[in-house]
Amino acid sequence: MSPRLVPHATDPVRRMETPVTVTVDGEPVRGIAGQTVAGLLLASGRTAWRATGSGAPRGVFCGIGVCFDCLVTVNGERDVRACRRRVHEGDAVSTQARDERGER
Amino acid sequence: MSAGTGGTGRHVVGRHVVVVGAGPAGLAAADAALAAGARVTLVDSAEQPGGQYHRMLPDAYEAANPDVLQHGYNAFEQRSMRVIGHRRSTWLADTSVWAIERDDPSRAPLVHVLTGGLPRERRTLRPDALVLAPGAHDRVLPFPGWELPGVFTAGAAQALAKGERVAVGDRVVVAGTGPFLLPVAVSLLEAGSRVVEVLEAARAASATRGWLRKPWELAAQAGKTGELASYTAALARERVPYLPGRAVIEARGDGRVEEVVSARVRGDWSVVPGTERVTAADAVCVGHGFTPRLELAVASGCELRGSAPAEVFVEVDGEQRTSAPGVYAAGEVTGIAGAPAARAEGAVAGWFAAGGDPSARTLAPLRRARDQGRAFAERLAHAHPVGREWPGWLRGDTIVCRCEETDYAAVCAAAGDPVSSEARVARLGTRAGLGPCQGRMCGVTVAELRARLGAPDPDPAAPHRRPVAEPIRLAELAAPPAEREG
Ligand SMILES: Cc1cc2nc3c(=O)[nH]c(=O)nc-3n(C[C@H](O)[C@H](O)[C@H](O)COP(=O)(O)OP(=O)(O)OC[C@H]3O[C@@H](n4cnc5c(N)ncnc54)[C@H](O)[C@@H]3O)c2cc1C
Ligand code: FES
Repeated sequence: MSPRLVPHATDPVRRMETPVTVTVDGEPVRGIAGQTVAGLLLASGRTAWRATGSGAPRGVFCGIGVCFDCLVTVNGERDVRACRRRVHEGDAVSTQARDERGER
Repeated sequence: MSAGTGGTGRHVVGRHVVVVGAGPAGLAAADAALAAGARVTLVDSAEQPGGQYHRMLPDAYEAANPDVLQHGYNAFEQRSMRVIGHRRSTWLADTSVWAIERDDPSRAPLVHVLTGGLPRERRTLRPDALVLAPGAHDRVLPFPGWELPGVFTAGAAQALAKGERVAVGDRVVVAGTGPFLLPVAVSLLEAGSRVVEVLEAARAASATRGWLRKPWELAAQAGKTGELASYTAALARERVPYLPGRAVIEARGDGRVEEVVSARVRGDWSVVPGTERVTAADAVCVGHGFTPRLELAVASGCELRGSAPAEVFVEVDGEQRTSAPGVYAAGEVTGIAGAPAARAEGAVAGWFAAGGDPSARTLAPLRRARDQGRAFAERLAHAHPVGREWPGWLRGDTIVCRCEETDYAAVCAAAGDPVSSEARVARLGTRAGLGPCQGRMCGVTVAELRARLGAPDPDPAAPHRRPVAEPIRLAELAAPPAEREG
């Protein structure tokens, strides 16, 4: 019971798959070139990767960069919208909690 | 470089038209402005043109059949190649407008943009005319549990399926209101999800009255109705129940959605007691219409029309001109009417922004299409109004502002308190709207709730005021800008 990528073999758009590996909180996760960080995380079975101020889990909500629910840290850069950032081989993705960021 | 001269200074070319947004509206605007002789800079924060309607797969997917996911793909592809390949056009992909600066009240404002990945390059565009076509995002009314992972906007499900071939769940409930729920359900089916049911809050009678009131207007939007018919057929083929007069009123689960509670609602969306039903689901995709992205128009000084918070749009005249000098608007920011209307508005806007001949013969059919699109929008609003009584499904602890986790009880308390009955004070007190999304998700809802509670905000632009439209990092501000364009 989870989100997933449409299987390559049966996808009517007839696409290529170039494997990409990133780490998520240190753990290697495989995806494909062209995916967003959010797409990769969802396709790997994750639905949440951020904790709010109260500690509640969040993942994707709007999917188009407007809700800021999907924030992650990528290669040390904080507050990256996972739904807007494409993955690159070797990216180090880490999940984040709101309180680490301090007051805006 | 002075306005109206080209980069080389050798030929005097037309006006410099900057178009923000490369969706159906912006792309049509760029095309028409080029046809009228202008120099065009087309800006979009996405990597590819197309906007929400013509969302493209990433280049890296090297899809052989990208057209299977889209209506009208060929016409779109031709237009986008014509615009991007044009010698008088500059396509700024992966470029976000982060601020608008009115340096001279008599002319179009400066447009500050950021391009690319880290560090992004900062640049300032100086247009003779500016066309704003930034589109809209889904509107989702809060309900208990809507903050759980696995609750998505309808648009998110669509964007993930069409844009990168991810299905958001195995057992999915699609809910909310409006014809957009249909393509979303079909995309999910096509991506291999099981769509358990589609719940349309509008009752059949209301939808039918709205759609069938003046059938000739519908015929004029034949492209759109044909498209809708194809979605209905696909849902029928897969035996997906489509239930009018029913709404999702709660999502439940431990750390993520496991089930949703739906109930029958009356015409005003008050819940009919005793009709609640629980459905197991691992994803819920919800949309209650769209919220126009008005921050750039507000920053440009454009007058808005409409008073109810969810019915505020940019005011334009017959030439798509806003009240701000040199600023035009097109597409969903002027009213929610779908892609064909956005395209027609864009073409009219681009033509006039470029200083095109107002008596040009090509304008008549475009204006007609634009007017038909507006009539269609009217009907859409009539067929799928958001019922007044929706707050009936809220509880005191229901989150209203997702970023700051402000709940309904706090919003009510602030509206009833004489000190924070002023909207700005309430915002500081409850923090609703002060999180990273800058009130994009909750602004209109909070304004609506406060108006119901007797503390309306007299300024309809308030939920849309975001002087910094895109987060910018200090390092990016500190770096010297790339050369200002003329
Ligand atoms: C997520 C989502 C999916 C949708 N999918 C469909 C669908 O499949 N079928 C359908 O009929 N309708 C769909 N719609 C409805 C859609 O809004 C219209 O059909 C149509 O795309 C509107 O055209 P537009 O040109 O006005 O805006 P859009 O197509 O939204 O284009 C606006 C463009 O402006 C850009 N933009 C916005 N702000 C900035 C900025 N500050 N800087 C730079 N660029 C900016 C955006 O990146 C976007 O590409 C969808 C809406 C959403 C929100
Ligand atoms: S999911 Fe909304 S910003 Fe990424």
